[in-house]
Amino acid sequence: MSLLEIHNLQVTFGGLDALSNLDFSIEEGEIVSVIGPNGAGKTTFFNTISGMIPPTSGEIIFNGESVLGLDPNQITEMGIARTFQNVRLFPNMTVLENVMVSQHCRTSQLVVGALFQTKAFKQEEKEIRERSEEILGFFGTRLVGYRLDQPAFALSYANRRRLEIARAMATQPRLLLLDEPVAGMNPIETTELTGLISKLRDEWGFTIVIIEHDMKVVRDVSDRVVVLDHGVPIAQGAYDEVSTNPNVIEAYLGRPVEAKS
Amino acid sequence: MMTTNLTSKKPFELDWKRTLFWGSVCALSQVFICLVGLPSELNRRILIESTLSLGYLFILWIPLVFGYVVSKMVELEGVENPKPGAADLLSGALTGLLGSLGLVLLMLGIDNLDMRDPLINWNQKLFRLLTFENSISFGSLVWIPVGVGLGTIGASLHQMSGQIRKMSAYAMFGLFSFAVLEDVIDDLSEGFRLEWLSDMIYAKKGGMTVTSAIVLAIVLALLPLITRGKFKKTVDRYRSDAKPENQRRNSVVLFSTVAVLVIVLPWFLGGIINELLANVGLFLLLALGLNIVVGLAGLLDLGYVAFFAVGGYTTAVLTSPNSPWFSPETHFGISLLVVVVMATLAGLLIGAPVIRMRGDYLAIVTLGFGEIIRLLFLSDWLKPYLGGSQGITNVPAIDLGPWEVRGADPRSVFYMVLVFCVFAIYISWRLQGSRLGRAWMAIREDESVAEVMGINTVNSKLMAFVVGAVLAAFSGAVLAAKVGSVFPKSFEILVSIIILVVVIVGGMGSITGVMVGSLVLIGILGGPRQPGLLQEFQNFKLLIYGALLVFMMLKRPEGLVPTARRTRELHQEEYLQDAWLGDDESEDREEVGEQL
Repeated sequence: MSLLEIHNLQVTFGGLDALSNLDFSIEEGEIVSVIGPNGAGKTTFFNTISGMIPPTSGEIIFNGESVLGLDPNQITEMGIARTFQNVRLFPNMTVLENVMVSQHCRTSQLVVGALFQTKAFKQEEKEIRERSEEILGFFGTRLVGYRLDQPAFALSYANRRRLEIARAMATQPRLLLLDEPVAGMNPIETTELTGLISKLRDEWGFTIVIIEHDMKVVRDVSDRVVVLDHGVPIAQGAYDEVSTNPNVIEAYLGRPVEAKS
Repeated sequence: MMTTNLTSKKPFELDWKRTLFWGSVCALSQVFICLVGLPSELNRRILIESTLSLGYLFILWIPLVFGYVVSKMVELEGVENPKPGAADLLSGALTGLLGSLGLVLLMLGIDNLDMRDPLINWNQKLFRLLTFENSISFGSLVWIPVGVGLGTIGASLHQMSGQIRKMSAYAMFGLFSFAVLEDVIDDLSEGFRLEWLSDMIYAKKGGMTVTSAIVLAIVLALLPLITRGKFKKTVDRYRSDAKPENQRRNSVVLFSTVAVLVIVLPWFLGGIINELLANVGLFLLLALGLNIVVGLAGLLDLGYVAFFAVGGYTTAVLTSPNSPWFSPETHFGISLLVVVVMATLAGLLIGAPVIRMRGDYLAIVTLGFGEIIRLLFLSDWLKPYLGGSQGITNVPAIDLGPWEVRGADPRSVFYMVLVFCVFAIYISWRLQGSRLGRAWMAIREDESVAEVMGINTVNSKLMAFVVGAVLAAFSGAVLAAKVGSVFPKSFEILVSIIILVVVIVGGMGSITGVMVGSLVLIGILGGPRQPGLLQEFQNFKLLIYGALLVFMMLKRPEGLVPTARRTRELHQEEYLQDAWLGDDESEDREEVGEQL
């Protein structure tokens, strides 16, 4: 059984097909890249899986259960976490709090525990904090130390992207959706993060779907590449296959002039 | 050189446009204040015997402030600022002069034209006040030098040395507080058996005597000379003490001081002040509840008074023998349990349909619900149960075995409210640092992202609504027992608004801020129907509330005592700059190290 199965997914915005006839599956432990020119429907694809946009028709099955009609928080609880293309942290919360808060669906203490400071409450708080620091430690020294108590808006752009990934990791997902994780990073930072993405699978055991425009990153990390154009999958397979596929080249570069005439 | 060019400024080289502008603003403000009726109404309250009344003070502070404003210079970093000189004093004087000319014009106008129809205060009372019961020329002769003088003093504030400025500020504000807080000081000295002290300071008919005012001013002015900033240093040391065990000890000391004060002080206070404190407590309880809803969870609830009403009516119905439908009298303790249940139900009932709305929409819908609840209490339909517009009277005092909490004994009400407030503060404090508090914070920041990050936003928001509702209902319950009756009229929309103002002015999300806010606003100005310390302001309360709100939004949007988080949020640029200046070096080293 695949981890994520998508059958005949269609998303329509008032007559425009943002996604149509999408049909593919993701196996446990894979790293899959979704690429395509701007407006191809990549982010819509993520939004649909994470429950922010209801699909017009089709079926999304995660781990054997349908996620259609569930609220985003229920989907996250099932084990799908995501980051955003335009970084959407909680800007006025500290770095640590950003990661702590996203363990909400894995923890359970409510009002009573907080009021009476029960043993279970203190234990859970301690665990949340330790796990957060462990996750932030994944990015080396960049997000720990004095940065833990800095508000997220004070971070550099690359660090915000890292924090977003940390926040998604803290929901303890099985499937991690990364929306352009290296956009806006310099080459050194990009190389570093590329290494970390493989580590995310190998050491943390996440299955990963990446939307990315940087082809070097796509080549380095992905087991499989899916190419979307105008909401339709036009090719999938290993990077080398896809990168030589004439349909893909056409989608990116346009039709050759002689073919047009 | 450029800089020398900038610093030399000829004595009469005025910025005429600026002076004219602020002068006219000054004149208009003075005329406006007069026509609103503040001076005539507040003339009764005497601050210094036979010299100054609160009414005159309301005219006099204007040239002082505008004199200060007109000569204020924009300070630019990296450019040597021109030295303030005679020209600035002159522009201050001119501003004051223009202001006084406005008053002269007003006097002439009142004498010659009859505009009483739209302007109620266009009358002889104001005229007599402005002319000091004399002629226009006499009035002008007084006002013009006074205006010029005050404008000049205002302008000269920039040029005084720090020490002198500090001394005059101490004298001025100290004197003002002494004059305004006459009732409290009277009351306190009576409680401590020091009547001779207040008799010495204050005249029999109210107001300070001239001699005591002068003596006090000198004493107050000498204060900064004696302390020489030692006090500030202690406070700074106390605040910046980084050692955790010291910090812990410091907060324990602070907490116990406040606790002892709050518990002991009411015994030395008279009825009026205790009544005032009880009102402050009731509104503080409401504000703490709203602070959870608005400050922590970011849900702008404008119908908060509904829960206040639910608490009041539930208590009245259950405990009053006069309630038309439920005649047995239950004990307050039992009714309190029902209040919790009813408030929870009301919170869920109002919360459930509106909880999916965001921002402004939520505000509008809750505003509607608040009114609906009040109208329900007023309606003929529920009259057989809740008494319609006659309300429910004869709500008994709270019987606590050896003690009794009743409205006639405001001290007991205060202690009752205090218990609830401590409870509310504890709840706010604990929830803030819990899993739920973090979820609220995330929802306030970005609701859709919070949902994607696995937070059940509907449940979390409902929880905020319910906690807020229960606290408000407690306040309502105590109010019913204190006043002895409930009427739909006590639960007007204005209550919601004033509580919101308390939270905003105090500092959203900050428990200390809310306490300070309710002490300042409810204690000094008064609640929607409750008189404050300055009872004279009763008629102008809303005007002052509004002006204060505007001023706060412009100058200090984070509130009087904000949380660090809120300050950071509203001053992101400054924070970033500080952070950048602060860890500039460490950042560089780190980056270099990584690249190597």
